[in-house]
Amino acid sequence: MLAFTLKRFLQLIPVFIGATLLVYFLVFATPGDPISALSGGKPMTPAVESALRAQYNLDQPFWVQYGLYLKNLVTLDLGMSFSGQEVRDLLARAFPVTARLAVMALAIEAVFGIFFGVIAGMRKGKAFDSTVLILSLIVIAVPTFVLGFVLQFVVGVKLEWAKPTVSGGAGWGELILPAVVLGLVSFAYVLRLTRTSIIENKQADYVRTATAKGLSRGRVINVHILRNSLIPVVTFLGADLGSLMGGAIVTEGIFNVPGVGNLLYRAILKGETPTVVAVVGVLVIVFVLANLIVDMLYALLDPRIRYA
Amino acid sequence: MPENQNQNPEAGLPISKIRAGKVSKYAIPHFVAPLDETPLHGVDAVKETGKPLSMWAEAWRSLRKRPLFIISALLIILVIAIAAIPGVFSAVDPRFCDLQFSNEGASAGHPMGYNFQGCDVYARAIHGTRASLMVGIFTTLFVVLLGGTIGALAGFYGGWLDTILARLGDIFFALPMVLGAIIVMQLPAFRDNKSVWTVIVTLSIFGWPQVARITRGAVLEARNADFVKASRALGLSRGKSLVKHVIPNAMAPVIVVATVNLGVYIVAEATLSFLGLGLPFEVMSWGNDISSAQSQLRNNPMMLMWPALFLSVTVLSFIMLGDAVRDALDPKSRKGN
Repeated sequence: MLAFTLKRFLQLIPVFIGATLLVYFLVFATPGDPISALSGGKPMTPAVESALRAQYNLDQPFWVQYGLYLKNLVTLDLGMSFSGQEVRDLLARAFPVTARLAVMALAIEAVFGIFFGVIAGMRKGKAFDSTVLILSLIVIAVPTFVLGFVLQFVVGVKLEWAKPTVSGGAGWGELILPAVVLGLVSFAYVLRLTRTSIIENKQADYVRTATAKGLSRGRVINVHILRNSLIPVVTFLGADLGSLMGGAIVTEGIFNVPGVGNLLYRAILKGETPTVVAVVGVLVIVFVLANLIVDMLYALLDPRIRYA
Repeated sequence: MPENQNQNPEAGLPISKIRAGKVSKYAIPHFVAPLDETPLHGVDAVKETGKPLSMWAEAWRSLRKRPLFIISALLIILVIAIAAIPGVFSAVDPRFCDLQFSNEGASAGHPMGYNFQGCDVYARAIHGTRASLMVGIFTTLFVVLLGGTIGALAGFYGGWLDTILARLGDIFFALPMVLGAIIVMQLPAFRDNKSVWTVIVTLSIFGWPQVARITRGAVLEARNADFVKASRALGLSRGKSLVKHVIPNAMAPVIVVATVNLGVYIVAEATLSFLGLGLPFEVMSWGNDISSAQSQLRNNPMMLMWPALFLSVTVLSFIMLGDAVRDALDPKSRKGN
């Protein structure tokens, strides 16, 4: 297990370097001079301008810039944003908000998706199953931002059940509505995956054995069928944590959540390389770590899988 | 005289009569019980003439009976027709806008009312179909060609190509599609030439690894099948056995994913347009219309709902089609056959 974990951590390095290099290059190639944008396009004294360029390493060629970035990264120095804030501080403020949002969305989609998926799978072909299937397709087909606007309008503005936008603190309660919007599409995928997996497993020999030896239906479903059906679902949930955090751009924009997505979107528009690369780097790490956790959960769910 | 049987003196007689042992003119020295009278072809349920149905023909037979398939296929045909000849579906000029009708509700000839600028919402939704559908279809085409080729080569030949693909795929998977597309759309080559094609190229860049992975998996499975080994034993070259035997048998999962993804790409285009980074403003598209409707949501929610409805129904029909095709191609889930 330890060797396996170590190996996976080592595999993280090329993925991290590749992704940050790609993003660094893309932002580097984006036109527009961020330094002249700092002064609002008005002329600057050459001394100030060159000092600013040197401060952000913008006077260096691409490879040197990227190399310096990596070098600073080792000492956890993520650079400065163009407005003079430490990217580290910006991230420290935005990351917990998005993490809270993504974890809530993940919990919502996992709990409701698996619950309805199990019921639908056990009643394959019945009215409940067909209704849930069609509803899940509709949820997948409607874009997140339309769902977001409609829920914000109906729940937040018309019914006034929740605040339509989130305050600076972004507490757990305020984030329920954005988390529902963020998790809704994945909820439909989780539901369908669980359903398919349950249908595949419910005719297995071990299920018949369990029923034959007199176990209650609840125990057969919850312990025998569900546990064996969860592997594809867990794989999806693990991969989804990363995309939830990265895909929160739209949801955070609609509900004005001061999270990573908001930070990233503004930084991309400003061409602020250090911030963009730092945020993407963090997202990549979250994605790879989530997949690592998934691999370890496999062993928990299926005792036949062992990492020597 | 059993040794004479090989010369078959009864040639030309119907087989059932020979079997019944009735018409032999040769004396039989020992007793032979009369055989069953039932003619051979009557028992045999398998048709001996004609080729057996291929996997695709069988899937088609089960597919065309499915209501899900029929509904989604009809909807897709309708959407394609709207995209091809929008003028037939709406006589109103979508670019003719009169501010005196701003945010007005439905009236005769304008079933969905007007938007903030006083343009006809229905006409704009009809004329916006083409851009959205083009993004979906061409992105899917590029992604399948690029991802399919790379995935098939990696799965079939393995080795260094496979390793590079695995690492490259990891990098692209770690970047969510919308996020990557936002950054690419900021590049000068893309930002200055905003059009349907730049959106298609951007989405293809981030869409191909998924298809490549799925193709690779399917090819890996088909590569070791007996019929591929047989074709190699019969002297077919590796490349030819890949094209003739492996790829046709690995197509099913790729087609399913491509159909479902077509809808996903349409949503991705709308999301990019919503963020102001997708199609240029002059291009009429559902995404642009939804995006411009968001500021008016509290005054005129229907201005957002109608293009969103067009978009969702289109995406839904492609997803349903993919679902139906998947079920039809999977013999386990096929009923009644």
